[in-house]
Amino acid sequence: MTEPLLGYPRADGRIGIRDVVVVVYLVECARAVADAIASGRDDVHAIGFPGCYPSGYAARMLEMLCTHPNVGAVALVSLGCEGFDRERLADVVAASGRPVTTLVIQQLGGTRSTVARGRAWVDEARSRAGAARTVAIELTDLVVGTICGGSDGTSGITANPVVGRVFDRLVAAGGTAVFEETGELIGCEHHMAGRAVTPELGREIVERVGKAMAYYTAMGHGSFAPGNADGGLTTVEEKSLGAYAKSGSGPIHGVVTPGQPIPGPGLYLLDVVPEGPPRWGFPNINDNAEIAELIAAGSHVVLFTTGRGSVVGSAISPVVKICANPQTYRRMSEDMDVDAGRILDGRDGIDDVADEVMQLLHAVAGGRPTASEELGHREFVLTYKASEPTGPSCLPLVR
Amino acid sequence: MTPAAYALLLLAAADDVAIAVRDLEPGTVRTSAGRSLPLREAVELGHKVAVRHLRAGADVVRFGMVIGTATADIAAGEWVHTHNLASSYIPTVARRGGAR
Repeated sequence: MTEPLLGYPRADGRIGIRDVVVVVYLVECARAVADAIASGRDDVHAIGFPGCYPSGYAARMLEMLCTHPNVGAVALVSLGCEGFDRERLADVVAASGRPVTTLVIQQLGGTRSTVARGRAWVDEARSRAGAARTVAIELTDLVVGTICGGSDGTSGITANPVVGRVFDRLVAAGGTAVFEETGELIGCEHHMAGRAVTPELGREIVERVGKAMAYYTAMGHGSFAPGNADGGLTTVEEKSLGAYAKSGSGPIHGVVTPGQPIPGPGLYLLDVVPEGPPRWGFPNINDNAEIAELIAAGSHVVLFTTGRGSVVGSAISPVVKICANPQTYRRMSEDMDVDAGRILDGRDGIDDVADEVMQLLHAVAGGRPTASEELGHREFVLTYKASEPTGPSCLPLVR
Repeated sequence: MTPAAYALLLLAAADDVAIAVRDLEPGTVRTSAGRSLPLREAVELGHKVAVRHLRAGADVVRFGMVIGTATADIAAGEWVHTHNLASSYIPTVARRGGAR
């Protein structure tokens, strides 16, 4: 019925649905050079870390992102004096079989010469044979992430339950899905625990939502923006109830933290809230910080539900915009991929829109650009965080 | 299908609040459960309306889950938002000028 899906094979055995060259600034001071190397090319994306001091979290995140299935080659851009361990990152990328180069601005003579060298290297990496869609894949071979941003009173009724239905179908068919933001699940922890595949995992989920509660309380501000209230959401627990619908109704197979890979098929919760006492500010400063973590976990594609109307996309993986609010869809349709607001007044049901999202996922995996890709959105955010990988109690099915 | 015949969507039968499916003006409106309700003020799409009298201090339930505590007595047909409903977890911060 549908065309067979083909992906890009990588030397490490992973399969991508995009073929992106990433240009990675290793400190903010190298960012303008990285942006200039990437500029003007749809499939060359600038990502990076602005801090000068080393961060184990940022190092793990960039290792995961640079070896992501959608990434085919990597150019590292270093100023030269920053704390980031560029040799280690280059080694990890090289070990994955991806072409990698390191450009050190202080050694190459400054901005112009580094940009010229970088662009020449990217041209060569681009022209090298082999980057072709040759391997048959199924939707269930992909990792699908989800996030909600600019939520309103319609999100929990239309777009979020649609994603939940899509997740139920993908996971039941043997696929992999990941949802996130423990701070936006406050109030849902006991219901979630009841879906965990073991009692230990259930206890972990309750504890981790408690950690999120303590963290946000210390920040003096919940994960709740003024626009959420403008759109009819009154409390963080009401927002949570809506956000939680994205996870569907099936069993929860495990919990991972940012920088940790999804270990196998199933439904996973990404706990984005840092470990230990609050340090370095909010768990994630905006939606793109969270999208970067979903992609680092392996997400080939991200389903982004919005009520108020977000326009962002991302570097590396396509972002599919599912609009919850029919008024917003009419106002901002150029930024949206799916009109889920039609559920609100009964024109269509959750399953009808879930069918549309499944078909769209297939098309996007095959190369059709999403609205945010078409519009050139390639946002990327990575800041400091204290993060530790989870242990066996969070991943009961991993042998 | 034609646009819904109801103005307020009741997500679960025992809920205290229903959700406006379009921008609403004051007057008599219907819920998806088939009930008529006197809407006391204009309410925007996605916002909540009390379907019964709620006493100050009572839990307020949407889709079968407690979404906070009433901070004032709320009449049936009244808009429910930050002026009369508060979180039991973390207070809501709105922009200057308040929510809406």
